[in-house]
Order: sequence, then structure tokens, then C-alpha cells
Amino acid sequence: MTIAETGAPAAEVAVDLEEQRRARNQRVEKIGRWLLPVLVMAAAILLWDRIVVWNAIPKYILPGPFLVIQTLIQDAGILFPALLVTLEITLMALSVAVIGGAGLAILFTQNRWVEMSFYPFAVILQVTPVVSVAPLIFIYVSNRLVGLLLCAWLVAFFPVLSNTTLGLRSADHNLRDMFSIYGATRWQRLRYLQIPSALPYFLGGLRIAGGLSLIGAVVAEYVAGTGGIGSGLAFRILEAGYRLNIPRMFAALLLIAFTGVAIFAVLSFISHLLLHKWHESAVKRET
Amino acid sequence: MAVIRRAIQSLGQRPKVLEMARVDKTFNGNVVALQHMSLTVNEGDFISLLGPSGCGKSTALRLLAGLSHPTAGRILWEGAEATGDLSVVFQEPTLMPWATVAQNVWLPFRLRGQSYNSVKDEVLEVLRLVGLEKFLNAYPRELSGGMKMRVSIARALVTNPRLILMDEPFAALDEITRHKLNKDLLDLKAKIGCTIIFVTHSVFESVFLSDRVVVMAARPGRVIQEFPIDAPYPRGEAFRTSAEYAAHCRAASDALYQAMGEVA
Repeated sequence: MTIAETGAPAAEVAVDLEEQRRARNQRVEKIGRWLLPVLVMAAAILLWDRIVVWNAIPKYILPGPFLVIQTLIQDAGILFPALLVTLEITLMALSVAVIGGAGLAILFTQNRWVEMSFYPFAVILQVTPVVSVAPLIFIYVSNRLVGLLLCAWLVAFFPVLSNTTLGLRSADHNLRDMFSIYGATRWQRLRYLQIPSALPYFLGGLRIAGGLSLIGAVVAEYVAGTGGIGSGLAFRILEAGYRLNIPRMFAALLLIAFTGVAIFAVLSFISHLLLHKWHESAVKRET
Repeated sequence: MAVIRRAIQSLGQRPKVLEMARVDKTFNGNVVALQHMSLTVNEGDFISLLGPSGCGKSTALRLLAGLSHPTAGRILWEGAEATGDLSVVFQEPTLMPWATVAQNVWLPFRLRGQSYNSVKDEVLEVLRLVGLEKFLNAYPRELSGGMKMRVSIARALVTNPRLILMDEPFAALDEITRHKLNKDLLDLKAKIGCTIIFVTHSVFESVFLSDRVVVMAARPGRVIQEFPIDAPYPRGEAFRTSAEYAAHCRAASDALYQAMGEVA
């Protein structure tokens, strides 16, 4: 609805049956949106617990959910510092991916020759599985942190690069003409037209990159192996596996999953903050 | 007091703004988009380029705007061959969706390096002229189609350009809104005396608005007739129903269909 059509609040009008039903459905849906996933999740956990108990599965094969949570609390002193290490690498990789990806995208759109020359490299880096490149990286890069960062970056930068490139190109043609007519400089065109046009695309890429940089960090740690000191969650999972400490593996896994969800939630929120005022994706239809 | 109000002088005394002299535009070396187009624009003119699609009217507009260059012939702005001070209103409102109404109208100044505060009065005044002073901080998606077009017109007016080019600005609007905007555009023009070239494929719109109609034909795009609409301004709804209006419309239609008949 447009502002023009939003008049004074309508006086009490008779609400017909269809409207009443619609309002009721909306209320039910509002509650259901939260309640349903929670209920299903709870049921799944309960089922997991019952399967473990009824079949008397030993904890070194499949620990029950309550044991996992208990382990998480007991081993907090080991697991949370490890989480911090993984999180640190993830966030650093994400930052570098954003700067590198968006920076390259801007460079690509400023100069077609640069894009033609270097885009194939970006694609090759993206399609080569990081698991297969990581061992080489750890041979050539002596600093373990830099190696981890490089692996995570390799996985995360491409969605930012390709989405931002697409976004920078998607500026409205008439607006581009308008900028030409008013004699806009290349910098003004980038700053006032291309970057705002690319923002929704960039944010879409960012959400993908957030999850990928966590995956990249974990995979890289796996490859880097257990030799290091001050290691992250993946190292703890490997270590617990060697010791047949399956509950701790599960606890670490749980932490990684929650971290992934948290990263996604934060990035979605940032995206909402930046777009909700103007972008179609954030507009709720009223009819 | 920001928007310059120019008194419209009577025909014949108006200074020349620009001149197109036998302009050709050929694409890819063989598609003739425009052939031998000549047009003189005087200050205060309201000229309609009327024709079917493919007649080169949008090509002519792009040439005038300096967005493309003639294959042959010359476009002279007050005697010089450089593109002059102008603004364009496109068929779509062409607003930046991420910017508010005020920021959109500020754009031409912003690109000249002028801060919002230094041109705030101009922005407010021009928005008042188009009746949108209350929507300063609204985003384009909150506005109706007609209101968006008003913002687009405000942005074109805010710099007091020597010439305003309009490329079928009301074609996508419903008829009621279109009539209202036609009327408001004439009122605006009477107030500030701007010079307008208006591209349209509506006979009625061209006759109602302009003081000169240039009828164009397609394949190759060219001017086939140019005639004045000498009905006095201000023109209102009464003009729309007058015999004079009907006669002008018939003349324009005849010219148009004669031109279309050649290719059909």
C-alpha cells in the first residue's frame, strides 16, 4: 500500500466471516511458525534418546542427547577455547573474503580487461576442492594460522566476488544514462549508483560466504592435523575420535552447528537492517 | 527563491536554444534510425515528437541528450557543438530505490559536488511545485506511479536546465492520472517557462500539451510534418472538448496514418 492510500484509520466496520477466518489463520500461523520447529526438534531429540535407551546402544557408538549436553557442560573448559580459535579463523577469513571479493568485483567492473584476464583464476580457485589443496598450502605456508586463513578464504571469497560483480552490473540502464547526462565521474557512478545497486546482491553472497568460511576453517583444521598447538574445534573432534570419546565429538559438533546458525542469523539481521527500508526482498505485501 | 521563472515571450521573439541540422543516425552501418532530421528549438517551446514505435523519436532524444552522436549532420546548442544544459525524464520514473524522495531530487546537485544543505531550498521548492513536499523522506516504493513520475519531473526541473527532454513519461500511467499530470505539467510550464521536447505516441497528448507537433514516420525514421498548435495557454479540460482540439487531433492523426500507410 502506498502512503497516498493510507488514510485515517477506518471506523469500526462489520468484519465478515472471511476476514475473521483470515485473521484467525494469521494468528495461528504466527504461533505455529515458532512452535512447530521447536516441537519437532524436541520430538526428534526425544526419539534419539529413546532409541539409545531402548536398544541399549553403548555411549562410544551413539551417546544420548542428554549425555552430549552433559559432556558439553563438563568439557566447556576444553571446548569453548577451541570454539574461540575456530571462530577467530572463520571471522578473519570472512573479513578477508569480503574485502578481497568485493574489491576484486569493483576492479572487474571498472576494467573489462582485468576481468577477462583474471576471472578464470577465480573460477579455478573456486572449483578446486579445498581438501585437496589444503595439504599443499600447509607445505608452502609455514605459519599455521595463515595457512588456515588461506584455506577458509579460498572457499568463502567466490560467492562474494560473483554476487557483487553481478550486482555492480545490475544498475538500472536509465539511471546510468542519467548519471552520464549529469556528467558523473567514474567514482561518483561507483559510489552513488553501482555500489547501492550491488548491495542486495553482495549481502546475498555474504550470507553464503559466512557459512562457507566456517566450513573452510573446519576443513582446513582437519587437514592441518593434530600436530598444532592452540587448536580449534576440528582438532578437538579428531582428538576425541582417537580417544573414542564420542560424547565429546558430538558436543563439539553441536557447537559447530550452533556457530553456523548464529553466523547466518547475524548476517541475515545485518542484511535486514540495510535493506528493509527500500528493497523488494524486505517488503511485506499487505494484500 | 530558487527555481528561475522565465517569462515566455511571444513566438518569433524567442531566442534559439538548439538546432538540429539534417541529422542522420545509422546503426551498424546499415540500420537507418534517423534520416535528415532538422529541428529548431526556441526558448519556451513545448515541442512534441509524435510517431509510431521505430520512427526514431527516442533516437533523436538520445542524440539531443548527448548519449549518442549523429552519423551525419550537426546539433548546435546556441551556436556551439557541445551538449548544453539539459535534463531528461524517462518513461520509467528512474528513481534510486535506496534513496528518499529528497535525495533523489538532490542527485543532479550531488553529482556537481553540492551538499544537500546548500541546495535544500531548491529541492524543497521544486517538490512543492509538483505537490510532494510532504513526501520528502518517503522511499520510492511507498509512492504511487503518478507520484514517482512527479519526483522524476521535480529532479529534472531542480537545476533550471535550458531544455527538458521527456521520453513518453506518462505512457505507463492510467488515463486519469495521465490527464492530471498533463494538466499539471502545463501549469508548471506556465509558472517557470521551461523549454520542453516531449516524445509521445499519443495524438491527444501531443495536441493537448504542445505548441508545436513534429510528426515522424518509421523505416527510415524521419520527420514528415511539423505544424503549430496555436491554441492559447492556459489550456484546461475545456480545450480537450473544443472543436479546435478535435480539428488539430484529426490533422495529426491523418498525417500519422498517412505515414504509417506507406510502410504497411
